Amino acid sequence: MKKYLLKRVLISIATLLVILVILFLMLEFMPGSPFNDEKLTTAQIELLNAKYGLDKPVIIRFFNYVKNMLSGDFGVSYTISKNTPISTLLLSRLPISVTIGGQAVLLGTVVGLILGIIAALKHNTIWDTLTTIISVIGVSLPSYVFALALSYSLGYKLEWFPLLYSSKAPFDSSILPTISLSMFTIASIARFTRTEMIEVMGSDYIQLAESKGISGIHLIVRHQLRNALIPIITVLAPLIVSLMTGSLVIEKIFSIPGIGSLLVTAIQSNDYNVIIAIAFIYSAMYIGIMLVVDILYGIIDPRIRLAKEESHE
Amino acid sequence: MTESKKMEEKILSIRDLSISFQTALGRVDAIRGVEMDLYRGETLAIVGESGSGKSVTMKAVMGILSSNGVINSGSIDFSYYDNHEKIDVDILKLTKKHMRSHINGKHIAMIFQDPMTSLNPTMNIGAQIMEGMIWHKRANKKEAYQRALELLELVGITDAKKRMKNYPHQLSGGMRQRVVIAIALACNPDLLICDEPTTALDVTIQAKILELIKDIQKKMNISVIYITHDLGVVAKVADYVAVMYAGKIVEKGTVDEVFYDPKHPYTWGLLSAMPDLDTFDDVLYTIPGSPPNLSHKVEGDAFADRNIYALNIDHRLEPPMFKITDTHYAATWLLHEKAPKVEMPQALRDRIDRMLKEASDDGK
Repeated sequence: MKKYLLKRVLISIATLLVILVILFLMLEFMPGSPFNDEKLTTAQIELLNAKYGLDKPVIIRFFNYVKNMLSGDFGVSYTISKNTPISTLLLSRLPISVTIGGQAVLLGTVVGLILGIIAALKHNTIWDTLTTIISVIGVSLPSYVFALALSYSLGYKLEWFPLLYSSKAPFDSSILPTISLSMFTIASIARFTRTEMIEVMGSDYIQLAESKGISGIHLIVRHQLRNALIPIITVLAPLIVSLMTGSLVIEKIFSIPGIGSLLVTAIQSNDYNVIIAIAFIYSAMYIGIMLVVDILYGIIDPRIRLAKEESHE
Repeated sequence: MTESKKMEEKILSIRDLSISFQTALGRVDAIRGVEMDLYRGETLAIVGESGSGKSVTMKAVMGILSSNGVINSGSIDFSYYDNHEKIDVDILKLTKKHMRSHINGKHIAMIFQDPMTSLNPTMNIGAQIMEGMIWHKRANKKEAYQRALELLELVGITDAKKRMKNYPHQLSGGMRQRVVIAIALACNPDLLICDEPTTALDVTIQAKILELIKDIQKKMNISVIYITHDLGVVAKVADYVAVMYAGKIVEKGTVDEVFYDPKHPYTWGLLSAMPDLDTFDDVLYTIPGSPPNLSHKVEGDAFADRNIYALNIDHRLEPPMFKITDTHYAATWLLHEKAPKVEMPQALRDRIDRMLKEASDDGK
């Protein structure tokens, strides 16, 4: 297992390096430059380019960037917030997106699993139908519809929760965005859990467990859920990433100072360093979560764990 | 025979059991009035085609009918000992919860057909064997571990300590079936139901598994019910045979009676369809047609349409069980006193005579 992990981490680092190269090339081919202001003269633009090292060839810039990055320096912002180090810019925004996303993941997974399990256990009853209806709504309606509905009803009419995000009451004001974000996850996980659970419940080994006399929570958790979880984790991974990296629309509706909105502004104004840093963080999170999922597979499914151990010993 | 019979103790008695399933195509009457008895220490084999209701009957005994199954009538009386006190229950009257905590695993255990799918892939086999014992509070963890080791050795698995940590996918089919048997035996059941225990196995392993079950049955004095369509298995292991067709028992008796003196035309068909080394025909006999669709009401004898010996009355009225001896019964109008004398097909007669001769030769 250790050998396997080491190999996976090395592959991840290589992948990130490749992503960085592609990012650099894509920005190189993007039209315009960070200094598009009409008031600037050609001489001034050249001066600015020289100041930030943008006059050098792309290969040299790439190596300079990697060198600086390894020492924790992601460069400075060119346009959005002039000369602010990227790390400062991100440190104030990233935690907010990750916190709200993380809450949404937690809520979505827990509620989704519970709904799915109930639907499967009460297969073909009113509970099952109810869960299916919730799932269909959750999957088909985009999250901003929930966001608008929730902020109108719970925020504006009932005044239970604040309408906008505020750094003074970060938890209270994150409840509505969390719920809106988690609806899709709840729906997908519930639907998937239901299908998987029903399939597992019809399997021979559940009949064997029942004929041993096993019943109740022990049967559900130890025998049914554990086997149903393997495919569920596969759909969970991309959901987690999309939630953690922040949603642009939700961030706009609740005016959350997260990184989703920052990325869009950065692309519009050619703020190279911000784009690279955020895209790089997205990739790193994705790769990291995939790694965690792979390890989780091993913990849950002995077939995968043992196969890995055998092929790496 | 009758004398000793009374001395023996009835462990399972099924009366007038009828079960139907609600399906997308309507109601299917899968079991239509099954009656069956089993005495302690004896072996009963239920034979019949696929869909004749063998497995459904036993799943009802086990309390693991699928959720769309409805029990229309009948009783399944089961008696067992708890702390040396004899307890009689009607399994059909028990709640699922009571069934799981008092009967399943503890007093009735089951071996399933396909060992490749009947073990939980995410639990190691040690845990799966120990689980039932710990669940029923028969043993603490340490005792359960010891007992699991013993069981693995009993079912012929070498290197038991190492195997306890293995997962199902690391074992072969024969080994897995041994594990399934060990799981079934974990709590010393009174009744062991084997649902085609050798069908999914290699021919070379089949005989070993049958021997193993027989051995254990002798050692632990448990009753065994085999569900099978393999008459070879029946001949090897059973004391009694019940032949099922379309949700009913059409003939039952001791293994000798059913094999050497079959009375029901369906049993004749089954026996004729069994290949053996002395048959020189080019084509193996098959029973014409296929079993009736049980989602329609069956008029008369369900087997009549496939039966070349069918009488007129067979199409109108269902035959009752006719008594041949104290232990041998068959449901066919041919046994009625007014029925024409019909003998079994000559080819089968010859084969049975040959088998009888071999048996008596072996006896010498």
